[in-house]
This record gives sequence, C-alpha cells and structure tokens, in this order.
Amino acid sequence: MSDQSQHLFSSRPSARRRAESGVAWIFRLATYIILLAGVVVFGDIVIKGSRTVFQSEFPFINVAFLTEAPKSLYVFEHEGEHYEMADDDFRDFRESVEAQALAAGEPAPELKAKTYVYSAGGIFPNIVGTILLVVGSMTIALVLGVASAIYLNEYAKQGAWVRFIRLAILNLAGVPSIVFGLFGFGMFVIFFGWNVSLMAGWFTLAFMVLPVVITASEESLKAVPMGFREGSLALGATKWQTIRKAVLPYATPGILTSSILGIARVAGETAPIMFTAAYVVRDKLPWQVEQAMDFFFQGVMALPYHIYVVSSKIPQNEYSERVQYGTAFVFLAIVALIATSSIILRNRLRARYRW
Amino acid sequence: MDSPASSSSTAPGVAPAVPQSSRTETTPTLIDIQNVDFAYGDTKALHDITLQIPEKRVTAFIGPSGCGKSTLLRCLNRMNDLIDGAKVERGSIKIRDIDIYRPDVDVIELRKRVGMVFQKSNPFPKSIYENITYGLRLQGESNKARLDEVVERSLRGAALWDEVKDRLHTSGLGLSGGQQQRLCIARAIAVAPEIILMDEPCSALDPIATAKVEELIHELKEKFTIVIVTHNMQQAARCSDGTAFFYLGKLIEYAETQTIFMNPGNPQTEAYVSGRFG
Ligand SMILES: Nc1ncnc2c1ncn2[C@@H]1O[C@H](COP(=O)(O)OP(=O)(O)OP(=O)(O)O)[C@@H](O)[C@H]1O
Ligand SMILES: [Mg+2]
Repeated sequence: MSDQSQHLFSSRPSARRRAESGVAWIFRLATYIILLAGVVVFGDIVIKGSRTVFQSEFPFINVAFLTEAPKSLYVFEHEGEHYEMADDDFRDFRESVEAQALAAGEPAPELKAKTYVYSAGGIFPNIVGTILLVVGSMTIALVLGVASAIYLNEYAKQGAWVRFIRLAILNLAGVPSIVFGLFGFGMFVIFFGWNVSLMAGWFTLAFMVLPVVITASEESLKAVPMGFREGSLALGATKWQTIRKAVLPYATPGILTSSILGIARVAGETAPIMFTAAYVVRDKLPWQVEQAMDFFFQGVMALPYHIYVVSSKIPQNEYSERVQYGTAFVFLAIVALIATSSIILRNRLRARYRW
Repeated sequence: MDSPASSSSTAPGVAPAVPQSSRTETTPTLIDIQNVDFAYGDTKALHDITLQIPEKRVTAFIGPSGCGKSTLLRCLNRMNDLIDGAKVERGSIKIRDIDIYRPDVDVIELRKRVGMVFQKSNPFPKSIYENITYGLRLQGESNKARLDEVVERSLRGAALWDEVKDRLHTSGLGLSGGQQQRLCIARAIAVAPEIILMDEPCSALDPIATAKVEELIHELKEKFTIVIVTHNMQQAARCSDGTAFFYLGKLIEYAETQTIFMNPGNPQTEAYVSGRFG
C-alpha cells in the first residue's frame, strides 16, 4: 500500500502550479503599486493642504481661507518684530504707523516689505467660480447629451450614418482638452463674441464631456429591457410617451453614474477654461453684476486655474506652497462633495426605479 | 393589391381560408388577411398568407419554431414597425374592413384597439395600480374614481383581483410569474381593446399558472377576439376555436381546431400535431 498521506487529490509540485502562484503575485503587485501611488498623492495633498485649511484653535477651520478673496502677502520687519500681513491689513498698519510718527513729529519710518502675490487671503471666488462652471456645463452636457443619445438609440434608423455619428462622437472623446480650449476660444470667445465668460467656459467644458455623457446615456438606454418599450407601445403610447414614462426613468441612474465621472473632469480641467472663462484675478464676485445678463458674460476665477497660476506664474516660496496645497485640498473636497451628492441621488433613483 | 373583403376561400392550394365550421353559428370576420408577404429586410418571413379571423373567438397559430407565427401576430398591431427594414411587401390586412397599413391609419389608435400580451411577461417596474392605469393615463384619464373602477374591473377580468386587492400599490414585479402574466393581460384589457394578441403567453409558466391563464382566455372570449400563438398542442386544442398551422412562412392549413387535431386535411399538419416533427 502507498504512503498514507498521499491520496487521489494530494498536491504535487509542478511548473504549472509555480506559474499559477507567480502570475497571481504579478497581478497583486501591480495593484499594490497603483494603490501606493494613490496613497502618496492623496496623502501629500491632504497632509500639506490640511495645514492651510485647518487650524488648531477654534473654529478649527481656517475660515478666512474659505471666505476671502486672494490677497498679496506683505512680509516685513518693524521695530525688531516680524510681521506677515495681507495687503489691506498692511495698508491700515502703515497708516497707523505714519499717523503715530506724525503725531510724534518724527519722519515716517519706511516699511520695507517683501510682497508675495496671492499668498494671503483665501480662495472664495475660486470656489464659487468652479462650482458655477461645473453646474452650468454639466447641465448643458446632460441636456444635449441625453437628447442626442435618445435620438441615436430610440429614433434614428440604425445604419451606416448612425454608426458614423457614433464613431465621430467616440473620436471626440480622444481630443486633448487644450484643443477644446482653443476651439472654445475661437468659437465662443471670438466668433460669437462672448469674450472670456461663464457662457464660453460652460459650452467649452460641456463639449469636452459630451462624448462621455452620450456614450454612457446610450449604454443606459440600451440596458432598459425592450419589453418595457413594447409593453408601452402596445398600450397605445406614442414613442415620446414611451421614452418619458417607460424608458428614461429606468435609464437615469445609469446616466447619472457616468456623469459623476464627467463632474470630476469638468471641475479639474484647466486647459479648456484658461482661454475661455478663467481670470487670474477678479475683484467682483459673480453675483455682483449690474444686469442679470452680465452674469453669463463675465469671467470667473477657478480652483484648478488658481493652482496653475500660483504654481507656475509667480516665484516659488514657502508662502505660495501653502496656497497651492490648500487649494488642491479644497478642490478635492469639493469634487468629492459633488460626487457624493450625485451618488446619493443616483441611489435614491435606483431604489425607486429598480427592475 | 386589394381583394374582396370576405371572400370565402381564396387561398391557393390546400388551405381553406375560413375554418369550415360544423357548428351552425357563424361569427363575422373581424381580421381579414389577404395574400400577405412579409420580409425582414431581404429575408422573407411570410409568403402569401390569407386567412380570416372571426370575431369573439379564440384563434390559435401553431407551427414549428421560426415559421412566422410571431411575425404574423405582430403584423396585426403593427409592432413590426419598430424593426428597421421590416415591412409588409404585398397584400393587405384589414380590421373591420379598414386596411391597417393605409398611410392615414394612426398606429396609436390601432394599438388601443388591438392589445398585446408578450411571451416574456413585461410588467413595468411600477405598482400594480400604475401598471393597470398606464394606458388610460396616457390617454389623459386622471379621474381617480374612474381609474379605481377600471383597475378593479380589469383585475377581476384577469382573475387576479382577489390575489392582489390588498397590495395594489406594491410593485408589479413582486408578483409570481403567472400573476405577472395575468397582470399584463389585465393591463391590456384596461384600455378596452377589441382584439387581444397573445404570443406564447404561457411558455414561461408552470402547469397550474398555465391552467389559470387558459381558463381566463376562455372567459375573455365573451368580450374580446383573441389570437394566440402557442407551441403547446394541448393548449391549442383546449382553448381555441380555430387553428392555423404554419410551416416555413406559409399557411399550411386553417380550420376548426377539432378538425386540425382530429382530422387534418394535410399530411404535414397531421405529422406536426401528432408530434412526428417540429
Ligand atoms: N427582427 C428580426 N429580424 C430579422 N429576421 C427576423 C426577425 N424576427 C424574426 N425573424 C425571422 O423571421 C422568421 C420568423 O420568425 P418568427 O419570430 O415569426 O417565428 P415564430 O414562428 O414566432 O418562432 P418561435 O416559435 O420560435 O417564436 C424566422 O426565420 C426569424 O429568423
Ligand atoms: Mg415567436
């Protein structure tokens, strides 16, 4: 009789088994490398950014950073003391120093300050600008995208022409965002004469995410069972009634899911807005307009463009780094917030329109 | 293209166009199909079909898979319009003497009068109540009392009322397969059609649920004209009055159900109904 421990299914070492575990390790390693990269990137931004956004005293959040406009930082020595002040504080300080000197009958001391642009104050106008850009462009992209997906999937006669349109849309998805920026500049800013404005930015960004929205909407429409359409039509519904009542509600969760990816893209891209919608600085907030129409034709400040400007357009120093990382942190938080609310909305709809 | 509205026997070859009834009562023709050729793009699915379907009776379409039963059925409410490239190439289909493929025919009106129940039950993922009222709401009916009444009447008509009357506002998908199919029948009769087309309505159901639906079909023919496609010979024998046997896109034989099963006039029909092929 053979060895007790050997049985019919007992394992024997072989090249096949070694290859098996080797391959599994390669895949595992690849995944962990990606995970590591992600952790490093996010960790860096969160750690450095939270130094700007949070503080150790009450109210623990750096309110000024979130509610004020960017200001220049003045760094100077006065009577042996080191000061860091935003430009308006500096002006007040200088005036009071000059007034004191005048009262004492002495010549006013000159305050020799180093200035660092955008390193004081906050990023409130940028937050507002980015939110406006996201909301407007996603609205346009969803309306146009869902409409054309409905046309392509429900109305158009399937054939060479529709296949060509689909191909064109897919190709659009591969166009670099800077090209969309140039297109928007030529089309909306110059040709339509909208100047650098919210409108121009909205449409440029909308065109950039349209391929994603259309493709995803078509997929979601296709996923709705044919039986719903047939059941509805057989009851004497028109095509549009069928789409509105028996197709679209069930496609909406899928459409939203993919649009969430679009949100992150629209919020984050710098290239499409740098020629079309973004200002380096703007004193007025978007709602400080004289006429309602002016609202649509004003440029705005935006978070990603601010990071770009602060990181590349001014000499680097310890003060600008605070702003860069703080802005990046806030940016991530806002994208996460918008995405989370879309996911919650999506899940609500999904629970309601499940099949 | 047009042929006389109710010629008694125009089909060439073996098929008499009207089931030869031994019964004395004759019901008037409701659907008159004359020399219909139908094609999906380049592939012909129906060849020269001529048959008359009488009012308030159950007519069964039988035949092996792919012979064109569903195709003909879907011609009757123009569901085939949904398929690109599919069209009636020749002949006419008249309902109450009106050619339903005339350009001035409104398919919406047609489908209100010709309801359909599908092979795979397809209730909407809405409540039972909303499923039943779907068709009426489309037509703009919003009177609550009237809708309530129609819901009860349709569910009773589909022999489902007692099972669901306490859960009208729960999802239609929560019902069993057989109940879902009866819900679809209730949904179809809620818009008060004249004709109900059923494409293998029991093929996904167990014997008990099937028996219920068959019983229901028996009751429904008091009020509706029913055309049913089935693969189940016993079912055709049990619940239809007239039976049409199709093979490879052609109508081989159309007669009283009894005749088809007991005394078929065509050897192919005999082979099929006795289970020797198909
Ligand atoms: N949408 C379509 N496009 C192209 N050809 C089709 C289409 N639907 C059906 N056909 C073809 O038409 C012929 C008849 O099909 P049909 O569905 O009417 O058969 P059937 O008798 O209902 O079969 P079954 O019993 O399997 O349901 C078949 O050869 C089928 O391949
Ligand atoms: Mg079929």
